[in-house]
Amino acid sequence: MKATHIRAVRTRGGLSLRVDARAVTVVVLLVLVALAASVALIGTGDFPVSATDVVRTLTGNGTRIQEYIVRDLRLPRVLVGLLVGAALGLGGALFQSISRNPLGSPDVLGLGQGATAGALVVIVLFSGSATAVTLGALAGGLVTGFAIYLLAWRRGVHGYRLVLVGIGVSAMVTAVNGYLLTKADIVDAARAVVWMTGSLNGRDWTQVWPLLVLCAVLVPLVLVNARGLLMTEMGDDLSYALGVRVERVRMVLMVSAVLLTAGATAAVGPVGFVALTAPQLARRLTRSPGPNLVPAMCMGATLLIVADLVSQRAFGADQLPVGVVTGVLGGAYLLWLLVTERRAGRI
Amino acid sequence: MNRLSADNVTLAYDQRVIAERLSVEIPDNSFTVIVGPNACGKSTLLRALSRMLRPNEGRVLLDGQVIQSMPAKKVARTLGLLPQSSIAPDGITVGDLVGRGRYPHQGLLRQWSAEDERVVRESMARTGIGDLADRYVDELSGGQRQRVWIAMALAQQTPLLLLDEPTTYLDIQHQIDVLDLCADLHEEQGRTLVAVLHDLNHAARYATHLVALREGRVVAEGAPKEIVTAELVEEVFGLRCQVVDDPETGTPLVVPAARRARARGTAEKTEKAPETAGAGARGGAEVSESATGAS
Amino acid sequence: MVVDSVPETRAVSASAPPGRRAAARAVGLLVSLVVLAGVALASIAIGAKELPPDQVWHGLFHDTGTYADVVVDERVWRTLLGLLAGAALGLAGAVLQALTRNPLADPGILGINAGASAAVVTAITYFGVTSLNGYVWFAFFGAAAVGALVWFLGGSRGATPVRLALAGTAISAALYGYLQAVMIMDDAALGRMRFWTVGSLASATHSTIVQVAPFMVVGSLLALGLARPLNAVAMGDDTARALGAHLNRTRALSMLAATMLCGAATAACGPIVFVGLMVPHLVRSFTGPDLRWILPYATVLSPVLLLGADVIGRMVARPAELQVGIVTAILGGPVFIFLVRRRRTTQL
Repeated sequence: MKATHIRAVRTRGGLSLRVDARAVTVVVLLVLVALAASVALIGTGDFPVSATDVVRTLTGNGTRIQEYIVRDLRLPRVLVGLLVGAALGLGGALFQSISRNPLGSPDVLGLGQGATAGALVVIVLFSGSATAVTLGALAGGLVTGFAIYLLAWRRGVHGYRLVLVGIGVSAMVTAVNGYLLTKADIVDAARAVVWMTGSLNGRDWTQVWPLLVLCAVLVPLVLVNARGLLMTEMGDDLSYALGVRVERVRMVLMVSAVLLTAGATAAVGPVGFVALTAPQLARRLTRSPGPNLVPAMCMGATLLIVADLVSQRAFGADQLPVGVVTGVLGGAYLLWLLVTERRAGRI
Repeated sequence: MNRLSADNVTLAYDQRVIAERLSVEIPDNSFTVIVGPNACGKSTLLRALSRMLRPNEGRVLLDGQVIQSMPAKKVARTLGLLPQSSIAPDGITVGDLVGRGRYPHQGLLRQWSAEDERVVRESMARTGIGDLADRYVDELSGGQRQRVWIAMALAQQTPLLLLDEPTTYLDIQHQIDVLDLCADLHEEQGRTLVAVLHDLNHAARYATHLVALREGRVVAEGAPKEIVTAELVEEVFGLRCQVVDDPETGTPLVVPAARRARARGTAEKTEKAPETAGAGARGGAEVSESATGAS
Repeated sequence: MVVDSVPETRAVSASAPPGRRAAARAVGLLVSLVVLAGVALASIAIGAKELPPDQVWHGLFHDTGTYADVVVDERVWRTLLGLLAGAALGLAGAVLQALTRNPLADPGILGINAGASAAVVTAITYFGVTSLNGYVWFAFFGAAAVGALVWFLGGSRGATPVRLALAGTAISAALYGYLQAVMIMDDAALGRMRFWTVGSLASATHSTIVQVAPFMVVGSLLALGLARPLNAVAMGDDTARALGAHLNRTRALSMLAATMLCGAATAACGPIVFVGLMVPHLVRSFTGPDLRWILPYATVLSPVLLLGADVIGRMVARPAELQVGIVTAILGGPVFIFLVRRRRTTQL
């Protein structure tokens, strides 16, 4: 009789892979939804393209105009959206697991503010180009992320301290950002505020490749350490006793999480609440304890694409930045969380 | 040479030194219990033995090697630890949690073998929770939960098992259950057990080897029958008592002296108050009046 | 080396006889008042524009008919606002810390400032309410709504410092996102709000002060009067009930006081963080946990902090100035982080 409902796929050579049927189903479904939404998103805009035409164009059989619109304008936008969503979902799941708190997400911890600071410095002080802004944002996000980690380090990093230090740093950086905004002239300020609200508008292939490389390198690295992370959720003592190299796992994952989040934010601006909600929604679907890294990743990608689709369809092309939609969704999610916590009697 | 020992270790947290130049040998195949008053360093010693705490000086040896320099998984396959407090992740089932104990035997490509399945099943059977496999850990009682943690430690299949106050927070029936289980593991499976217990009578009853600590020094070590005396108890715990034989097991039983407790019986007996069992005893079972004569 | 649990150290504090302690604290309070007076004078004397002291002195009492009048006038109102707002923020912070039993509570961290700000933005942009007297009510509503929301999200009775702080920050993030959206869509809003969201004393005028002073005064009196009940609440629900404290009433009144104070301060100055956090902590190390001492001290020393920060801001960036909200954030951040690092994990 089975002692547990853990299923595994075993080969004759002694290899075995753990399989959670429900999680796999969830991932497959999310991928399908993401693909469908992507096709729909590619077809949306001032020049609508039907779904079948989109698929045809992608396989190389569209008209010249369709080729241009799909391949050069919209496909990169969708790819950036998918990659950024995935990066944010994964980064968020990592942060939440390490900080042992569902609200310990990079948005809250100030990485978004840090990236904004970098971007603002470039815009306001140097009137930099778009590329310079992106690089500035990346630098800002990385510096903030690592500063938070180092400041929270004291014989090891404990989740709660990390969160609180992040909040403190966030408040400081927010003030600096506010100052930079007041120092700018109105044109720069407008440009800055536009950047500060994450948007997929105007994203092209020059953003896709760096993001792709980032994900291609970091995602496998994270997944290799995923089981160690799973163990640490039981407490440092126990995971240490089970042979997990707790500090090393945590450091590798923190660095990866910071890189993923900073990279994603630098590419599109701070997109709020994907990193917060994707992991939690994923967990509710899979009902599996643990960080649920792959489901979170897929959920993040799906969320962002769907949010953009909604924004494009409901408000017109390029009107409302996706960051606003995710912000509103995030607010609604928080309220819903409030209601369910209340009902569950935890309040 | 014994498999596990601490050799002249100095243990400290930040600047606070808990123990200096402490040496302890854990005899193979023993059920060693470490006892002592609060803040004597017993938990600290256990943490050092289990590699959680790096000694400032000296070394902890496992199978002849310094434990700190051994690969993590190798240690985890030899030494199991039941910490004082662990976090059961939300929504995890008993079977899953016990299964996590197999981590040291698994790898990236060997994530859940038939052997893992078998060991988990056996561990749960041995701790009497076989029929709880699909229940959520959050729903279990304290006693059941502790058995789940023990099953998890068992699933690790380590010849040595360290337990940090495994009976705290449990009621008396479950305390005895857990200790009986430990005794089984020791006798039937030949494992070496090292436990920190705060109840001296439990320790005397179950241990084959007792280590009494006070302020970071070993005051005495040896078989309970040999070392548990009223003098030792007074020296280690500052408690005046008499030591009798446990009527059930024949092991030493500590009966605290009555200072202010209500003396049972007549006025004559109250004149002999120091020899009467009283309320407010530390741990220990009730002693009937007939036993007071036998010291 | 990761260590989850470290043995507790019991701190042994030497205690002087009660009479002497009370005397020492009273003296300390007087000294603080003197310091406050000094800082207030400095605030009037020092500014982004250099004015020699005798001109300042003169300008205080006579109309010289020169430019100095305007400057001195402006500085006087500014100082007055700093006094009022500083006291309000400090008191609100102390009250919140006692109420939530959370040493890291601060109106900014708990999102109350964000609530007030979002409400003010909404008032100005969508309801066309441009007078302070109008949007101060929005500020109160915003502050109260967010206060309650954060309380619930943080777990109410079971709230730990971390959960409250996180709930506050998450809600702040949502509200500031809303603020940004408004600024993107409305250029006028951008022009106005980007200055307002950085807390500043520069907008102090006679009418500003007249409009917010009543709320601040009432709120302060209410807070000071709650010192004893809050002392009981701070010891835990059960203990408080055993001592006969009316828990719910005290909670409601405390929230009311904190809301009035934060709402009024934010409406007048914009969001200012960390003042409510730093001063009660500094004070507590001197007075102990007794709110009957902490609250008066907070009332006196918080304006010292706020005006001091303002003066620094005026000196550092001459001839322009660095807004006080930025100075307190930059000074307060490291203090906050230091406090966090000092606490043991189990206490968080």
